[in-house]
Amino acid sequence: MKISYQWLNDYIDVADLTPQQLGDKLTEAGIPVEVFTELNQGITGVVVGHVLETRQHENADKLRVCTIDAGTGENLQIVCGAPNVAPGQKVPCAVVGSELPGDFKIKKAKLRGVESQGMLCSAKELGMDVKLLPKEQTEGLYILPGDAPVGADIADYLRLNDVVMELELTPNRADALNYRGVVYEIAAILGREVKMVEEFNAPHATPTPVTVKIESDNCTKYSALVVKGLTVAESPLWLQAKLLAVGVRPINNVVDVTNFVMFELGQPLHAFDLSKVADDTIIVRQAQDGETHVTLDGVERTLDSSMLVIADPEKVIGLAGVMGGENSEVDSNTTTIVLESAYFDPGTTRKTGKALGLFSEAQKRFEKGMIDQGMITNALLRAALLIAELAGGEVVGAPVEVVKAAAEPNVLDLTLERVNDYLGTEISDDEMVDVLTRLGFQVSGFKVDGAHRVTVPTRRPDIVRDVDLIEEIARIYGYDKIPATLPQGELIRGGLTPEQRLRRHVRELLINSGLTEVITYTFQSPAALDRLGLADDEQLSNRLALMHPMSEERSVLRTHMLPSLLEVVEYNRNRKTNDLALFEVGRVFFPDNDPAQLPTERTRISGIFTGNFGPVGIGEKPRAVDFFAVKGVVENVLAGLGIDGVTYSAVEMASMHPGRTADIWKGDIFLGYVGALHPEVEEACDLPPTYYFQLHLESLMQAREGREVTVAALPKFPAMERDIAVLVDVNIPAGHMLGTINSAAGDLLESARVFDFYQGPQVPAGKKSVAFRLVYRSPERTLTDEEVSERHNNVLEALKAGYGAELRA
Amino acid sequence: MREQLQGLKEQALTDLQGQESLQALGDWKVKYLGKKGELTAILRGMGSLSAEERPVIGQLVNEVRDELEAAHDEKEAAFKRAERNKRLAEEAVDVTLPGRAVPVGSEHPLNQLIRDVEDIFIGLGFSVAEGPEVEFDYFNFEAMNVPKNHPARDMQDTFYVTEEILMRTQTSPMQARVMGEKAAEARAKGQQYPDPIRIISPGRVYRRDDDDATHSHAFMQIEGLVVDRNIRMSDLKGTLLTFAREIFGDGVQVRLRPSYFPFTEPSTEVDATCHNCGGSGCRTCKGTGWIEILGAGMVHPSVLEMAGYDPTVFSGFAFGMGVERTAMRRYAIEDIRGFYQNDVRLMQNFKSRM
Ligand SMILES: [Zn+2]
Repeated sequence: MKISYQWLNDYIDVADLTPQQLGDKLTEAGIPVEVFTELNQGITGVVVGHVLETRQHENADKLRVCTIDAGTGENLQIVCGAPNVAPGQKVPCAVVGSELPGDFKIKKAKLRGVESQGMLCSAKELGMDVKLLPKEQTEGLYILPGDAPVGADIADYLRLNDVVMELELTPNRADALNYRGVVYEIAAILGREVKMVEEFNAPHATPTPVTVKIESDNCTKYSALVVKGLTVAESPLWLQAKLLAVGVRPINNVVDVTNFVMFELGQPLHAFDLSKVADDTIIVRQAQDGETHVTLDGVERTLDSSMLVIADPEKVIGLAGVMGGENSEVDSNTTTIVLESAYFDPGTTRKTGKALGLFSEAQKRFEKGMIDQGMITNALLRAALLIAELAGGEVVGAPVEVVKAAAEPNVLDLTLERVNDYLGTEISDDEMVDVLTRLGFQVSGFKVDGAHRVTVPTRRPDIVRDVDLIEEIARIYGYDKIPATLPQGELIRGGLTPEQRLRRHVRELLINSGLTEVITYTFQSPAALDRLGLADDEQLSNRLALMHPMSEERSVLRTHMLPSLLEVVEYNRNRKTNDLALFEVGRVFFPDNDPAQLPTERTRISGIFTGNFGPVGIGEKPRAVDFFAVKGVVENVLAGLGIDGVTYSAVEMASMHPGRTADIWKGDIFLGYVGALHPEVEEACDLPPTYYFQLHLESLMQAREGREVTVAALPKFPAMERDIAVLVDVNIPAGHMLGTINSAAGDLLESARVFDFYQGPQVPAGKKSVAFRLVYRSPERTLTDEEVSERHNNVLEALKAGYGAELRA
Repeated sequence: MREQLQGLKEQALTDLQGQESLQALGDWKVKYLGKKGELTAILRGMGSLSAEERPVIGQLVNEVRDELEAAHDEKEAAFKRAERNKRLAEEAVDVTLPGRAVPVGSEHPLNQLIRDVEDIFIGLGFSVAEGPEVEFDYFNFEAMNVPKNHPARDMQDTFYVTEEILMRTQTSPMQARVMGEKAAEARAKGQQYPDPIRIISPGRVYRRDDDDATHSHAFMQIEGLVVDRNIRMSDLKGTLLTFAREIFGDGVQVRLRPSYFPFTEPSTEVDATCHNCGGSGCRTCKGTGWIEILGAGMVHPSVLEMAGYDPTVFSGFAFGMGVERTAMRRYAIEDIRGFYQNDVRLMQNFKSRM
């Protein structure tokens, strides 16, 4: 909302404050003002000049030599190149010694041999915002009204010695979308008096000669008033200047007044040419589906029944609160108008505007729902009287008012105790009443049950509960006077949930394993799975799509972390960082079968490795990441989380290397997988060997369930260690053999693990050597050689039987 | 025999001085002290001595033996020391060369900040509550006092998934969820009033914005909510002052400015004194001495009511802060996209902050 400082002073006396000072006060009270614009862009000494005569320049076709009375006592000779200069005009005249914007000092000059004692100016040369001026005023000289006083300072005359403040209003403060609201706000902040006229009277009581019918619940009040015998013309300069200052284009004395009153009092108004309204009857109704209407901008609109229109018995004449119709427009032939002032439903106005792509100043005010219902008819009268004054017409009778639902002012009960309890302040009763009164709220002189009865003015429909009043009090009293305390009441134990602790722990373990944590977007391209060979994966390709994505690239919710991490890998490899070990703890989204339900959100712990990984000493060769490096990280994480008894089983799955990928299990809980990317994926992404793992947070939680951290007592009896090395076919998983060992060795086996592995020329082709270390122990006694040997033999026999293993010498 | 012994001792000691290696020293020991050595030879000659002389000479022989052995041991120790020193000198490494580099990971700066904020509030008795990123319109807007067609919906353009399901635009729906759960819990247990609430809720939110240096279609917020009987706006100020001092330093002041959020009343922006100039005014704070750190307010009674709390008994405050904006300030990062591009050269700067 733009506020002209000059215009503001018509309603409240703030001339003793600079605009900046006033802006600071408003900012503190919750209406930030950050932009201040000087309308005078640097004009000094420019005056109103009277063109007495003009003649052709003897040496230049396009120049005229003008005789100008600039009120300086003697006539000036000024050479002018503007084609529209003519005797009798009043024009801005920059005399010698004056200045124009851009530090342009006017000096005596000779133009093609003819002396020129100054310069006649266009609007642009005066630094005015020419976008808002009519075309004829921006081509050539700025022609001033005939009554402009010769010699008058042009900046004063055009009201350019003004500052425009831009108020940044939060959506709830639509009450300050007009001078009246701003004036009340300033009055409350400064404790000053409002000088504004807010009540207007009709010249006589006879109802104005139109019929108004409201046929929709989306209009609660409609007032109409006729002005006749008027002449549509340009508005006087003061009115044009005020509108220009707040960024509104002057049109004619009827439309300009409706705009002026909207800015002054907050009520949007519309004028119809009454001669174009059939039967002098206005009907407010819902549009019919498919009904068409040409709006003021000349565009034919197709309407539907959700839209509210103004009609006469024959046709639609305007879109309520949004835009008027071409068929009822006020034009230069108009002599009688009917003015409309009404309350239209905010949601309907908003939806209609949105559906038709329209957004007017009137619409902005209606859709905020902050129209002062007490001002509807006053604003109507204010506009009608002003139009009659400026356009030479006559207001016909009193407004016709149709009220569907009367708006009563809100009355709220408020105790001082409630205010201080809520704010933690020690405001006194007097202070509270003073603040409310300054805001224009009526506070009853008596109390009921200790409560003041506060009547809220209708211009503040946003104040509906006691807390709204408390906010008003706090704002004006000053937020800075609220003390700093801590909540009283019982102490509550805070902290993290087990899942949150687990997540932190996992992240810490991965970071300590040398991985860089990343955060990626959850929106992916629908094609993200294609180059991974996962396009046909039913679970992964069933993704939620956004209704209105910003781009195709980010239009579906991810079901898989791998595409996100590959994006990061590619980003870094493009920047020549080739050794990467990254992880993210992120969410994936699986749609519910019932589209009315939220998707299932799962947390994935995913890591990706490419290039070299692992400790490197000086003079040593870095090691390319391999399966076991990545598996080691995973094992480390699981061990760190206290998840033991984890098994790995070879698996073939799309996107992963068929011989280098393992599923990770704890019993029958699937924890995730680890492996190399499929060479085809690497090729598609232009990557060297790259490894990926994925753990499912929810499964890790489940795998830890019932886990107790107990410290086992140190063993009392010695252990007996036995190694066993066997030759088996290369395709036999060592993990399977371990399972066999565990069951064959019986209860005296404390632990078993693979401690050596060999495959190569030292063993027959197609074979590999695997060595296991078994630890036997009894908690009750020292084991004898015989009993251990017996069990160890069982192990060997089981391996022979199960896998065709041969004992290796 | 005495003279013989004396002579042997002196000769042996003189001889010992000439020995230059451990090997030679061993030979010397065999020669003088060995089983077939010279001292033993003398001992064998003792058979010719009288009974009185025998113990005297015997003792003397022992003394000479001890003396020679001591001299030998000392020399041997010296040799060993020298030899070890030589070996150690050979083993010396250039200690200024770099160590074997164990890869060091790093925590993402946004998660780092969230963790810090969580820890501060956990210290104040808060719990951490998390909720879905894909949310019902109801929790995101309606329960937060933003009905359909409310003008505040203009403030945030929303990614919808269906008419009723959207990407949450704020972490505030967690207020409605947590209060709703507590109220339901109280009803189930037959409690008159729900338990007090102190939570913070970090998480991702989404807005239909074009990504540029200061906007991101996805970013993170941390929501805070305190609901109890007798919660005052001054408690909001005090809690956030405590927080600001923990995270920005002891001398920090906070200031509240009136603002608007549909789900709080009164609403406020919270500024902290500028970390850069300490409040005297600089470019960072546009000369004001203050930096906006978060938005806050007293929980709107309609929000309390919708969640099943009686606003005449309960009150509360809520706050929300932008994680990226705070992190950008904390780490002097100028482009918000940097957090999501994950250039490891940038990320590795955060190694030391674990
Ligand atoms: Zn500063």
